Formats: sequence, C-alpha cells, structure tokens
Amino acid sequence: MRYAIPLIIFLGLVVFLAIGLNRDPHEVPSPLINKAAPTFHLAQLHQPNKQFSTEEMRGKVWLLNVYASWCISCRDEHPYLLGLAKTGAVPIYGLNWKDKREDAISWLDELGNPYVLSVSDLDGRIAIDYGVYGAPETYVIDKNGVIRFKQIGPIIPEVLEKTILPLVRDLNK
Amino acid sequence: MRYIILSTILLAASGFVMAQTAVPPSEDVLDVRVRNLAQQLRCLVCQNETLADSQADLATDLKRQIREQMKAGKTDKEILAFLTDRYGDFVLYRPPVKRTTYLLWFGPFLLLGFGLFALFRYIKYRRETIHDEPLSAAERQRAGELLNPITEKEHA
Repeated sequence: MRYAIPLIIFLGLVVFLAIGLNRDPHEVPSPLINKAAPTFHLAQLHQPNKQFSTEEMRGKVWLLNVYASWCISCRDEHPYLLGLAKTGAVPIYGLNWKDKREDAISWLDELGNPYVLSVSDLDGRIAIDYGVYGAPETYVIDKNGVIRFKQIGPIIPEVLEKTILPLVRDLNK
Repeated sequence: MRYIILSTILLAASGFVMAQTAVPPSEDVLDVRVRNLAQQLRCLVCQNETLADSQADLATDLKRQIREQMKAGKTDKEILAFLTDRYGDFVLYRPPVKRTTYLLWFGPFLLLGFGLFALFRYIKYRRETIHDEPLSAAERQRAGELLNPITEKEHA
C-alpha cells in the first residue's frame, strides 16, 4: 500500500509522456478545416499573363498542393502526385510557393508535371492565407469551396489510399 | 565657471531635444509595435522561437504582413485574430482561456491544492501519532554527560 500511490502517479505520468512522445509537434492542426478555402486570383506559372481563380473550381472536388523547387520533401512526394494524376481520380492544382518562375518550370520539366496548372505565389501571401508553414502541404477542397482535409508534409501512399481517395470519392457523390 | 556649467547643461538639453525630433516617429513606433507583437507569437517553422527572434523565411513574411496591417490601421487584436484564423491558437505563446485550455491554465493550481491537502494531512497524522515524552531525571543527567563530556571531566 505504501508504494501503491507513488506507483499510480508514476504510471499516470508514463501514460501522459507516452502520448506526448507519439505526437508530432510539427503537425499543427489547421483551423481552416471545414471552413471556406481562401479565394485568390494568381498568375499561372506557365502562362503568367493568364490568371487562375479559385472561383473556377466551384462544383469540383480538387486538390491544392503547395510546392516549391527548393523544397526537398516535395521531390519525395512528386512521384506519388504523378501517379495520382495518371489515375485521373482528382484534379491537382499546384501553388508554387515563393519560387523563381524559371526554377519551378525547369523542376517540373525534369520531374514531370502532375498539375492541371500551377499558380505562382511569389511573395507567399496566399500561402499565409492558407496557413501554410512548410511545403509540401495539400488541401482537399470540396464542391462548395470548403477545405475538408489538410495533409501536412508529403502525401505518402498510405495517406492517399486510406484518407484522401476515400474522401474524394465521398465528396464526389 | 557658472556660465560654463549652465551652457553645458543647456547644450546637452538641446541635443536631447534635437535627437527626439530628428527621427521620423512613425517608422520607429511601428518597429516597436511589430516587435512587441512578434514577441508574443510562435514561429511555426522553428517552434521554440518567437516570431521576433526567428530568421526563418516564413517569419520574415509574417512580420512583413503584421507591419503592413499595422500601417493600414489594424489593432493588435485584429492582427492576432488574422493569424489565429490561419494558424490556430498554436501561434500564441499565451493560449486563450477557453474550455479546451482550462486544464492547462488551472491544472497547476489544482496540483498545488492536492499538494497542500496532502501536506496538511501528513502533518496532522504526525501530530496525532508522535507524542512528546518528558525526560526522567536520570535520562536528563545522562544526556548532559553525553553533550558536555569535556566540561564534566574538568569538574572532576
């Protein structure tokens, strides 16, 4: 009995620490989930004289993927995006974040271009509106322009199969 | 001598006045305001640094936006709302008091209460179980001998 109370306190502490250790502090939950995706009008990467607006995407389920040629994890993610684009399950639009236009274009030429189109967020203002704090980040946006899911960090096959694709299927119903 | 002291004081005073009027106040005031606010905010890239101290690219962008919004006449409160709308309460080093943070804010006082309760219980328990028993005359003499062996010898 004498040792029971310290033991219980200790075990309680262990549980708290175990939960704490298994959480990723870099995954900050976004307050934008289930809120309207911030609207923007930005110049397209490949045709800078043409604009793209989020308004055009009304009635469609789509992915907005934040990437940059200077971002190392984006390179890891890229093959999965190419694979996803090939299946045609969901259109992927790219938000090219604080990148040089030439760098981004040659990056896509080298690795392949999974995007329907990319827009250039040269000074990072739109990224701030979306609460981006590190690339890559991906948003699943529904037909009403509401953000339904945010992936922080690369889309790995597991997330794609278990979360994103079922969600897209659901939203397209 | 008097004139020298007087003129020195006047000169120093005029220098002080000039220094105060020479700098454009708005930019300076803005710098201080941005810094003060940025010190209450967490940099999301390097999470243990304030926005004010961080050199990360995103921190620079955010400070620029804070500055622009201040220039546009927004209050600190409006700017904090702008940031928490996008990044959540996590950007605030001082989390707001609300239902999900009650444990965070009041938990330590709860623990303090538990601690005080346990301490009082323990003191009470000791008082009740340990009783003072006065020494008998023989014990008192023996204690005296043990405590002052040298003086006892000198007397002998």
